[in-house]
Amino acid sequence: MRNMRMSLAPRRAVAALAAVLLAGSVAACGNSDTGGGGDSGNDKIVLGFSQVGAESGWRTANTNSIKEAAAEAGFELKFDDAQQKQENQIKAIRNYIQQKVDVIAFSPVVESGWDTVLKEAKDAGIPVILTDRAVDSADKSLYKTFLGSDFVKEGRLSGEWLVEEKKAATGDVNIVELQGTTGSAPANDRKQGFAEAIAADPKLKVIASQSGDFTRAGGKQVMEQFLKAHPKIDVLFAHNDDMGLGALEAITAAGKVPGKDITIITIDAVKDGMQALADGKFNFIAECSPLLGPQLMELAKKVHAGEEVAPRIETEETTFTQEQAKEALPNRKY
Amino acid sequence: MSERAKSMLNHRLFWPVAVLVVMLVANTVYRPGFLSIEVNNGHLYGTPIDILRLSAPLILVALGMTLVISTGGIDLSVGSTCAISGAIACLYISRAPDQNNLVTVFTALAMALGVALALGAWNGVLVSVIGIQPIIATLILMVAGRGLAQLVTEGQIITINSGPFRAIGLGHFLTLPLAIFIALGAALLIAGLTRRTALGMIVESVGGNREASRLAGIRSARIVFLVYVVSAACAAIAGFMMTANVSSADGNNTGLWVELDAILAVVIGGTSLAGGRFYLSGTILGALIIQTLTTTVYAMNISPQTALLFKAVVVIAVCLIQAPAFRAKFSRRGRGTPPPPTPSPQRQKEEVPA
Repeated sequence: MRNMRMSLAPRRAVAALAAVLLAGSVAACGNSDTGGGGDSGNDKIVLGFSQVGAESGWRTANTNSIKEAAAEAGFELKFDDAQQKQENQIKAIRNYIQQKVDVIAFSPVVESGWDTVLKEAKDAGIPVILTDRAVDSADKSLYKTFLGSDFVKEGRLSGEWLVEEKKAATGDVNIVELQGTTGSAPANDRKQGFAEAIAADPKLKVIASQSGDFTRAGGKQVMEQFLKAHPKIDVLFAHNDDMGLGALEAITAAGKVPGKDITIITIDAVKDGMQALADGKFNFIAECSPLLGPQLMELAKKVHAGEEVAPRIETEETTFTQEQAKEALPNRKY
Repeated sequence: MSERAKSMLNHRLFWPVAVLVVMLVANTVYRPGFLSIEVNNGHLYGTPIDILRLSAPLILVALGMTLVISTGGIDLSVGSTCAISGAIACLYISRAPDQNNLVTVFTALAMALGVALALGAWNGVLVSVIGIQPIIATLILMVAGRGLAQLVTEGQIITINSGPFRAIGLGHFLTLPLAIFIALGAALLIAGLTRRTALGMIVESVGGNREASRLAGIRSARIVFLVYVVSAACAAIAGFMMTANVSSADGNNTGLWVELDAILAVVIGGTSLAGGRFYLSGTILGALIIQTLTTTVYAMNISPQTALLFKAVVVIAVCLIQAPAFRAKFSRRGRGTPPPPTPSPQRQKEEVPA
């Protein structure tokens, strides 16, 4: 009897697993809208784009911007969602090579491991554009250009605004910093840019700096401890809006008024962050814009026509004060 | 050493308590105000209160995990269940015309809890009826569930503005955070059901030997099924707390890696991963240790790059010091006394936590 169970159970288990995996792959197919057949014959530029995934509101806005801009520019867009897996992305790029698209663009999930597939694209004569995230290939000829944000600059703009804002202040200005995910490029670069900018004024001092993992819960938990450990906090610099939004709750619970008792600077400018800025709870946001669709289409046209483009192109970005946020908020897309 | 002191030293909760005390003392030395509690807006306010409030969701998840582990199983899907239940509750509330309506909030909670129970039942069926190994069966939901949570939130963070829902994470009762009472209530309920009735012993017996228990007349499959459902229910309530704490549902990050913290809390509490015994009070203590450790990193401003190493070192120390085999070896070397009789394999299965 026991033997019977043993022999039956694994077979059933395998069947169940197969069913689950099948359901998963069907769902995955549903997610990617890679359009129908290959080259339609007319002179529309065909752009193959492989997206990281849909892991945040920022990313969703990024995807929408690319889709809208492609439709507006009259491109034929083949879009693939890699669901944060490099293997999916490599598969998608190989598909695009086979379909002989005109231009390939993608946001790499990770930095390394792209040489082979990029070489295949190069051999097929298809130009590649990187968006938002870079790759670490030593051979720079494997891709035409990189289009994305300059994280160091975002940190520097935040720091420069603070230096200007606290010019008249007497005595030390105590700053606490909420870092992004430890070791991630945006966290490292924003920290560096901010530190460089505030070095201009010796009274600006970062008294504590901890990782809030780019999340609201993380930002809140760290800020709660900052507030208890340091009785005098003048400024909060958060590496993204979400951590700043989490910190707001901690500051209110400590009986302080965010935006007044503590000056708050964040980066990103997502909708909830812009709302907080317009409401006077934040003081300054440096934008990290996901809306790079129109710029990407321009670049794709240029590389398709064989024109030379700069190896690194920055997304058009701006900064917001409370007044500017009130004006901009009704028109924000994300 | 007197007999009394010896028996205290050998109590399975002695070392976890000692570690917790050492951490609190170290923090107080670093910053004398660490343990101070003041009254702010009629509520108690201070780091110890923070630790209790923030550990409440982990305590809940770990309680469910304790039961699962005591049957010799493991539930990796609790983090995803937290995310899904939080996302469903927030989505429903965000679509409602009046977010502060109590009926709306309770409907949202009931719906989310219902889905979580179904997910727990799915795990339970995979493990108890179909017979898939627990680590694989729950891995399915751990991975797929995160996707499901993102599907519910459409990849966005859903922000809500609902007083009653917020209260689950941030409300107060008798000057203390409500979350503490919810976790305490769940702990008392589970302890009452398992230790005041034969249920706990039945669960342990299934964990010790499922087939023997079945032959002895226990419906083993039903018990195994049940613990996964209870675990999912605990995770759902923890998910409500996590999302209420920041008034927003983040499908990507809510409850991320909480399953690992919960397993760690269970292990620190002295429950064996092999199953057969469980200690609810130890689990609660384990959860408090993990939260205190996290808070210590922030309070002492240990740099994020070294924080992970710091945590790992403390956790390894706790696990080693907890293991009777390690302590026996250590004390033998230290005092040169003859080795204590080697514990029988059966006993080791009960006590060695890691």
